[in-house]
Amino acid sequence: MEIKVNEETCNGCSLCKKVCLYDAIEIVDGKAIVNENCVFCGACIEVCKLNSIEITGLAEEKKDFSDYSGVCVYLEANGDRVTDVGFELVSEGRKLAGQLGVKLSAVAIGSGIEKSALGAFQYGLDKLYLIDNPVFSDNLDDIFAKALAQVITRYKPEIFLAGATWFGRTLIPKVAAILKTGLTADCTGLEIDKEKKILLQTRPTFGGNILATIITRNARPQMATVRPHVMEKKKIEEGKGNYKDRIEYIDIDESNFKSKYKLIGTEKELNENINITDYDVVVSGGRGLGGSEKFSMLKELADLMGGVVGASRAAVDSGWISYPHQVGQTGKTVNPKLYIACGISGAIQHLAGMQTSDIIIAINKDPGAPIFKVANYGIVGDIFEVVPMLIKRLRDGKELV
Amino acid sequence: MIEIKIAVCIKQVPGTTEIKIDPETNTLIREGIENIINPFDAYAIEEGVRIRERFDGEEVEVIALTMGPPQSKEILKEAISVGVDRAILLSDRAFAGADTWATSTTLAKAINKIGDCRLIILGKQTLDGDTGQVGPELAQRLDIPFIGYASGILEINRNKMKVKRLMEDRYETFEINLPAAISVVKDINTPRVPSLRGKIKAKSAEIPVWDAARLEADEDEVGLSGSYTQVVKIFTPKIKHEIKMIEGSTGEQVEQLYKELKELNAI
Ligand SMILES: Cc1cc2nc3c(=O)[nH]c(=O)nc-3n(C[C@H](O)[C@H](O)[C@H](O)COP(=O)(O)OP(=O)(O)OC[C@H]3O[C@@H](n4cnc5c(N)ncnc54)[C@H](O)[C@@H]3O)c2cc1C
Ligand SMILES: Nc1ncnc2c1ncn2[C@@H]1O[C@H](COP(=O)(O)O)[C@@H](O)[C@H]1O
Repeated sequence: MEIKVNEETCNGCSLCKKVCLYDAIEIVDGKAIVNENCVFCGACIEVCKLNSIEITGLAEEKKDFSDYSGVCVYLEANGDRVTDVGFELVSEGRKLAGQLGVKLSAVAIGSGIEKSALGAFQYGLDKLYLIDNPVFSDNLDDIFAKALAQVITRYKPEIFLAGATWFGRTLIPKVAAILKTGLTADCTGLEIDKEKKILLQTRPTFGGNILATIITRNARPQMATVRPHVMEKKKIEEGKGNYKDRIEYIDIDESNFKSKYKLIGTEKELNENINITDYDVVVSGGRGLGGSEKFSMLKELADLMGGVVGASRAAVDSGWISYPHQVGQTGKTVNPKLYIACGISGAIQHLAGMQTSDIIIAINKDPGAPIFKVANYGIVGDIFEVVPMLIKRLRDGKELV
Repeated sequence: MIEIKIAVCIKQVPGTTEIKIDPETNTLIREGIENIINPFDAYAIEEGVRIRERFDGEEVEVIALTMGPPQSKEILKEAISVGVDRAILLSDRAFAGADTWATSTTLAKAINKIGDCRLIILGKQTLDGDTGQVGPELAQRLDIPFIGYASGILEINRNKMKVKRLMEDRYETFEINLPAAISVVKDINTPRVPSLRGKIKAKSAEIPVWDAARLEADEDEVGLSGSYTQVVKIFTPKIKHEIKMIEGSTGEQVEQLYKELKELNAI
């Protein structure tokens, strides 16, 4: 395998050198040369106007995948409830299955989850594989991975999708490793290549500064985790039907599912919901807030809008609010309908965790703050005046002017 | 006699702060991007060193590993300067273009070659790949438990540990037997800065380089050839950005914001 520059056609324009993030291209005597730093990411190939760069010598083994068919989705549960991302994926899976002309199935694993899992039928499911057993009442990665791998091996979907939740992101790579197949993390776009009938998986890298489209070659299923809140759920069935004949109850032999993990404690923060990725509205505060007590103001605003409080790293590092609230590169990636940034400058690492929000409102007293570069609505002003007034407006319903 | 070996997997990445987008060609401009230790991996190194410090009397060795081009040696030296005992560079032209699967293949081979590692520590995710998949895939290949998003090691001895992990809405504490692998979040510790002694040690440290032959790896199980996924296209997101600035007195601003929120059905 090699990456080659065609010396005949290369004109040394250095566009490839500019886009290379790995210092792997030099221009020598008016020609591009790829050095040993190359990681074969393909950025240079994409950008070359003269099509002068190519990767050669990659074995194009043709494998027969005709026994793999259908799209399958993992319905992750939190306790006895299937989480929203599962339903979002059913809707997305419906679209992909339609384009391929194949069936859509889902797998749910947990304890006491049948009722909640049935909800998936409203989004257009053909078949539900259900493993409902008390051995799955805690999130023990190894036995979940084993069960999922067994279901996939038995039913052989060509595509398998799961939520890029924190549990999903640790569980699904284990499944992919058991099955010996590829896994694309954290996708935000999925499409079918109509000619080749393969899945094109698009995902942000470098904190959302670049998008990469990835395919799974030489292995099946094509597996991807997908960010919560990115795909839209669409109900297409009434949801009152009798689904029993579309459910396959999978009985497991409990003695085969003995975990090596022992869960010895679970803590939730008192009176505080910290799953900030679950909300449609996130009200975030940064260094501009100046102290922990001021976060109660944001909490009030968030509560009035059915939202949750987020924070920049600066606020977390100052100890004003706990780490699970942190948005950004070293914290969580959120994707709400509405993101309100209060006293946050908008450093690139923060933007990485929130710039895909549908609507961003920035309140900052510095008109030059970079947050305004991604915001849809901007208010140049003091958060200590704006936020209390907005709270009052929402609460009293009285016009201000 | 070394009784306990801890492997820390780290990666060199281009720092992101410098990335800019050329508005004309809509491509990335790479301007003197500095190569850095993947930020999460600094917490992994620190945790390895702290565990050694926690074991009193027992011989613990912390070994940093990276798979990457020859210049990745630099981050291994940095690791030594903050307390890692020794470091190994996995480098071969054949390793290039590896996806998480091929990366975990290579790391697993190296860890088996080192032998007897009781604990493997990784970062939560990298800045460039940004998948967080290497840890769980590596653990699966070694057939050992993996705890992701570890935010604290409460207890550890030769055979077991109690480790707390952060999920989106809760902390969970597990007891698992060693050997095991974990990936760590920033909450777990505060990385130290290199000491003078550390810097001197790093400067003279010999860093062995293991290539594919040394790992007894076939060309087609590592690098791009050994990968199941392949990047077919890289592009920059279309910037369709438009901002509406809300002007006026604070009262007017809030009133207008309120109206916009109503229109958006946000309230
Ligand atoms: C490797 C790495 C990873 C990182 N990961 C993250 C991450 O995950 N998440 C993250 O958030 N950051 C992260 N950071 C840090 C990031 O670079 C910034 O330092 C951080 O986001 C800054 O937070 P801030 O905007 O709250 O503070 P500042 O940059 O100090 O901004 C405060 C803003 O508040 C405004 N302000 C002050 N007072 C008022 C007022 N009364 N009314 C209105 N506006 C006011 C100011 O004008 C200013 O713009 C990371 C950094 C590195 C190097
Ligand atoms: N090439 C590599 N060499 C050593 N460790 C790596 C490498 N790539 C990834 N890792 C480790 O795996 C973690 C997750 O990486 P990723 O799956 O790429 O997000 C990183 O934080 C590192 O600890």
